[in-house]
Amino acid sequence: MSDATSARITRKSLDDAPVRVVSARANLRTRLRNLWSRRELLTSLIFSDIRIKYKNSALGIFWSMLSPALTLGIYDLIFSVIIKNGYPNFALYLFSGLIVWNMFMTAVNMATGVIVDRAGLVKKVSFPREILALANVGASVIYFVIQLGVLCIFLLALGHAPAWGFLWLLPISFLALYLLTASVAIVMSAVTVYLRDMKHLMEVLLQLWFWLSPVVYSYQHTISARLHDHGLTWVYFLNPITPIMMTFQRIFYVKTTVLSTVPPHLVLHILPDWSASSYLSMNLTLLGIMVLLFLSSLMIFGRLEGNFESEL
Amino acid sequence: MTIVIDVEEVSKQFKIHHERSQSLKERLLHPKSGSTEVFDALQDISFRVSTNETVGILGHNGSGKSTLLKCICGVLQPTSGEIRLRGNLAALLELGAGFQTELSGRDNVYLYGAMLGLSKRHVDAIFDDIVAFSEIEHFIDTQVKFYSSGMYVRLAFAVAVNVDPDILVVDEVLAVGDERFQAKCVDKIRTFQEEGRSILLVTHQADQVRALCDRAIVLDGGLMIANGPVQDSLRIFREHLLEDAVFHDRIGHQADVAIDSITTPSGSFDVRSGAGIHFDVNVSSQSAYSGNFMMEIFTRGGLLVSRSDAHASPVNLKPGLNRIGIDLPQIPLLDGVYDLNVGVVDHHGTVIAWKEQAASIQVTYNGREGGIVELGASIRQL
Repeated sequence: MSDATSARITRKSLDDAPVRVVSARANLRTRLRNLWSRRELLTSLIFSDIRIKYKNSALGIFWSMLSPALTLGIYDLIFSVIIKNGYPNFALYLFSGLIVWNMFMTAVNMATGVIVDRAGLVKKVSFPREILALANVGASVIYFVIQLGVLCIFLLALGHAPAWGFLWLLPISFLALYLLTASVAIVMSAVTVYLRDMKHLMEVLLQLWFWLSPVVYSYQHTISARLHDHGLTWVYFLNPITPIMMTFQRIFYVKTTVLSTVPPHLVLHILPDWSASSYLSMNLTLLGIMVLLFLSSLMIFGRLEGNFESEL
Repeated sequence: MTIVIDVEEVSKQFKIHHERSQSLKERLLHPKSGSTEVFDALQDISFRVSTNETVGILGHNGSGKSTLLKCICGVLQPTSGEIRLRGNLAALLELGAGFQTELSGRDNVYLYGAMLGLSKRHVDAIFDDIVAFSEIEHFIDTQVKFYSSGMYVRLAFAVAVNVDPDILVVDEVLAVGDERFQAKCVDKIRTFQEEGRSILLVTHQADQVRALCDRAIVLDGGLMIANGPVQDSLRIFREHLLEDAVFHDRIGHQADVAIDSITTPSGSFDVRSGAGIHFDVNVSSQSAYSGNFMMEIFTRGGLLVSRSDAHASPVNLKPGLNRIGIDLPQIPLLDGVYDLNVGVVDHHGTVIAWKEQAASIQVTYNGREGGIVELGASIRQL
């Protein structure tokens, strides 16, 4: 009994322990605080997801590079070799856009079904459910970093320097990309609980979204004039991927104006020749909108989350 | 004493969809198909749990006890009301729910730890204890999908109890594992109690509540119908169970049987250890009924001393007042107060009429033995 008594004394008092509240609807601040307090779970989930995915394969995580590499190769073959669009170093242009697209698409694809797939967990263990979607986004950030590494090797091999004067825009642009991806992933993961065929719809939407983004074509060279004539430029820029992609292309592809590789070797305006400061203001505006989008996605998730139990 | 769980006017409603489709296509084609019914799983539940307290939650299936636990653990959000928690909480709602079968036991310990809110460093520190408690040292690096269900459960329980929770929430998980492991779990719960932690235990088993809890809450149809000392709550639980059984039972109309009172010939319920005692139980019945009679004796600490019934000679109740005699020729119990529960059950064991604490006997004992029963042991050197 004396052991028990001493244990009781040595046990820390809970008088000053913070109080957690479970209530009908947690406000945004509580949600953010809960998310932040469970960041270790997020890292844990990211790495366990990746580990599970590539556990039984010798090449491991490099399988994740296979699909992007193939996409890159095929588009390069089609647009540069077969159609002969004439962009010099087209593979590099493609790569700078694809790296953005891959990050977005991989995460959204994975997150769309994640809550349904992990229903057992969602119904039994308490944690902020957004973390499941965010773990998918986290995994795609890791693939992004790997692809960025490959891109750097690519640059070195080609002896092609990035635009040093624009390089510092990368973190801002990436942050906007992260928030966009996370927002869409979070909302889609919750919506799929109610509408199970969302996964199929999303595949179609992502296809459409891909072609609305300047990955395989150049906005400046191909469509800017036509959009401008119809006064539709702003519609094109409603796609938040576009400014992010153009920033990446400006950083890694560097040249705004090039000479076509196919005769008669015309001058091509591949990228807008905006100054670094206009890129900055574009990215900062976008970042601001993305922060709002992210916060709204958390609120939407919170609203939908209440009925998960009865829908799963 | 600090309040660690404060449940305040918590209600939870579920929407039950009838034949509603979960696909966008169906919704677009048939926007108004299916009806929705609202189901109250919990209504206005309020109670508090302090440090150093073990509270049992009793209720039959569908009474809302699992919903309540899920709300407390944060798996579900209440529709209205609030739950305030202090300190960290480990919930054993379903052992191993957080496990990823593709990962090894080791990886799962870390992942599960993270789900319970632990840092990697913290898990590093308690990892050996977890493995030792779970007794699966040899398989810790094997993928969990190759585990037996017993190993699975042991590992999950080991993680949950080794995370040093201030509040442990246990939902009928003690029913799993072999007997030895169950005993180990109960030991661990007792250690927790001695250390002054709070435990919330959901169970069907009245014996477990008696043995482990300081207090019990009874839920019925989403309402809290009792919140008090274990004895009182158990009485209410049994009586309620009975009402429902009578209500739902096909033989319900026959079963207008009630235990009226218990008397002894001398009128006294005091008895010397080793002596005998006779009880007369007055049972009133509205109609003729043939069944079994059951008696239980408990210590005040909630330990079942004995349960016996009239299996050999069924009781045939006549309409009106019936007397049933219980003869205890020699009571080998030691000093203390013992409670008597009596009741009429049918041949399948379903309770027809029951009275908890129908009588209490006071046993006096002058010998040297300690405990609850006199074995008359003689100890000598050979």
